[in-house]
This record gives sequence, C-alpha cells and structure tokens, in this order.
Amino acid sequence: MGADVQLASEAGCHLNSGCGFPAPGLNEFDFKPIFSVGGVDFSKPMLLSIICALLVVGFFWAAFAKPKLLPGKLQLVGEIGYDFVKRSIVLETIGKKGEKYVPMLVSMFFFVWIMNIMSIIPFAQFPVMSKIAFPAGLAAIVWITYMTLTFKKHGFVGGLKNLCWPSGIPGWVMFILVPIEFFSNIFVRPFTLAVRAFANMFAGHLLIVVFSVASWYLLSPSIGALYGSVSFVVAVALTAFELLVQFLQAYIFVMLASSYIAGALEEAH
Amino acid sequence: MSPVVALAAEEKMNPLLPAWPEVIIGLLCFFIVFGLLGKKLLPSIEKVLSERRDAIEGGMERAQTAQAEAQALLEQYRAELAEARHEAARITEHAREQGAALITEMREEGQRQRDAIVTAGHAQIEADKKQATAVLRQDVGALASQLASRIVGESLEDHARQSGVIDRFLDDLEAKAAVAQGAAK
Repeated sequence: MGADVQLASEAGCHLNSGCGFPAPGLNEFDFKPIFSVGGVDFSKPMLLSIICALLVVGFFWAAFAKPKLLPGKLQLVGEIGYDFVKRSIVLETIGKKGEKYVPMLVSMFFFVWIMNIMSIIPFAQFPVMSKIAFPAGLAAIVWITYMTLTFKKHGFVGGLKNLCWPSGIPGWVMFILVPIEFFSNIFVRPFTLAVRAFANMFAGHLLIVVFSVASWYLLSPSIGALYGSVSFVVAVALTAFELLVQFLQAYIFVMLASSYIAGALEEAH
Repeated sequence: MSPVVALAAEEKMNPLLPAWPEVIIGLLCFFIVFGLLGKKLLPSIEKVLSERRDAIEGGMERAQTAQAEAQALLEQYRAELAEARHEAARITEHAREQGAALITEMREEGQRQRDAIVTAGHAQIEADKKQATAVLRQDVGALASQLASRIVGESLEDHARQSGVIDRFLDDLEAKAAVAQGAAK
C-alpha cells in the first residue's frame, strides 16, 4: 500500500547513505489491490469508503435511533451537526422549500467530511476524496438532482432558459453570455465541483506525505537532522491545517450543491 | 524503483480519470448513508426536535398564562384589601358616631331623670309642707282654743269655730308673715 509500502521498503534510506530522496508522487495514490474479483480490484480507498459509510451510519444510528426529548451527549452532538447543515447550509441557501433536500445534503456533508478526515486517521491516512472517482460520483448525483429539478419545475424550454438566460442583462451581451452560461451551468459545474474537492484533498495529502517522507529521509547524523525536525514540525502543522481544509471542502461541496438546487428551484424570470 | 518503471506507472495512471469500480462503490456507500439517514434516522430526530419545540413553546405559553393569572389574582387581592380597609374605616366612623350619639342620649336621659327626681322631690316637699301647715293650723287653733278656754274658763270651742275667729286670726298672722317675708326679700 502506497506510502506505507514505500516507507517500509525505503526504511534504511537516509541522507548521506547513498540513496536519493524517494520523492512521493502519483504512486502515493495507487494502491495494490487487497483482493480481486473477476478482474475488478478491491483497493484501500474502496475499503475506506465503506468504513466511512459505516462510521456515518453508526454514529447517527447511535445518536438518533432512539431519540429522546432530553438529549444525551451523543444525541446532542448529532443534533448540533444536523442542525448546522440544515440551518447554516441548506435553509440558508435554498430557503423554506429546501426542507426536502436536507436529508440528502446532510448525508452528503457527513459522508464527504469523514472521507476527508480519513487523511489524518492513523492506519487509514488517506483522504478517500483524493481519488477522483468518489467526488465524481457525488457530483454526478448533484448534477442529476439539479438538472431534474430544473426541467421538472420549468419544463424543457423554461428549464433551458433557467440554466442559460440570466436576468437583467442588456440584449447584446446575451450573445456572449448565453453560451457561457449554458456551458458553465451544464458542463463545468459538476466538473469543478468534483475537481475542487479532489484537488484539495489530493494536494493536502501529497504535502503531508512529502514532509513526512522528508523528515524521515533527512534523519541522519548530520545537519540533516535539524532539517528533518523542521520538516517534521511542518508535517504536524500541515496535519492540523488539513483538519480545517477537510471540513471546509465538505462544507463547500454541500454549500455549492445546495446553491445549485436553489438555482434550479428559482422562479422563472 | 527504477525511473523507467516509475515513468511507466505514472503514464498508466491519470488522477483525473475515475476508476469505475471506485465510482460504483462510492455511490453505493453514499446511498447506504443517504438511505438510512433519510428514511429512518433524520425523520426520527426531526420528529423529536419538533416535539421539543412544541414542549418549549407550550411551557412558555403555560408560564405566561400562570403569570397572567397570578397578576390578576394580585390585582383582585389588592382591590379586596383596599375595600376591606375602606369598610373598616367606615365601620370605625359609624361606631364613633354611634358612640357619640349614645353618650348624648345617655346624658339627656340622665338630665331628664334628674329633673324628674328633683321635680318629684319638690312636689313631695310642697305636699308635706301643705300637710304640715294644715295640721299645724288645726293644732294651733285647737291649742289656742284650749288655752283661751282655760283662761276664760269656758269652752269657746263651738262658738269660736262657728265664728271662725281662729281662722281669721291665723290668716292675719300668715299675711303678716308674708308681708314680713316680702319685706325681707
């Protein structure tokens, strides 16, 4: 498995030991399959995503399965999380008619967040969202949801108008703006939604790996030990920083999803 | 890892191309989460949350009602207290008036009784005096007749009586006494 395997195989590789810096790269994101079924590999990210789903379900099951009027500690924590997504994201962006989409967006937020958090959980140490397949799947769900809503609410022509005819713009600008809006709202949105989450987690993971590997590589009886310890401190700081980014990316992902839904539900203009 | 192998591996892998098994597993996981949360867990917590909101709002409403009730009761109590005070003052005033009237009445009654007693005493005295005068007049007449008969030696009784000498004499005496009394006054 990526980082672990490499670190293990390069265990004796230090500065001044006749060994080049084992720079981490894309190989960090390529895992040996745990097992294969009919030519399909089952890899670590898949296992982690299943664990994440179980964690989210397990947590909310423990918190909400037998809800009480006077909440216990776990229920209270769950309620705060639920209320945060419901009020600060969904109802804030969509308004009262967003109630219907709260369960989907709450599920999405916590699923994405915990998949991001996997980046800094010992032994997992891999953000599942840094494999583009996972954000792409979720972005596809968002795309299908808001496209369906647009055409369901406004009909085919009205839906197209909703997607690419901005209001309050003088006529001649429309020549440029309508194609841009069409392209942006239908094709670019899901792509950027997926890539934003993917790229952030990808880069964050790579940074942590680079500094971790460097601090190990620089550890030698020379001035390198000093650099190594600096590198280690940076790795720790980056881990803390990643904790923030993980939350932020989950927040942005769900925030954008609900703003797309809000756009689809907007009255015709 | 030789550079050639690494290059080959990197060429093979494009991080922007999703691997279909991962997409499927990811979607499956999401739908498991969405299904359980959306169908069971979130509705149940939403129900409890709205129940709690109701309970809190109901509690506040009850508290407001209770407060209003207490306020009304306080007002009523104050009104009753004021009325009771007023009533007490009225009763005291009444009693004072009544007492004063009673004292006046008693005083008048006493005066009246005293006057009656005094009048009765005066009448008694007058009657006694008259009686005494009458008796005295008789006795004096008798005594004078006896004395005169003894001096004259003969009974003048009948004659004297007939003639009314004694009476006339006594009347004279009385008149004189009255005159003397008037002069003295």
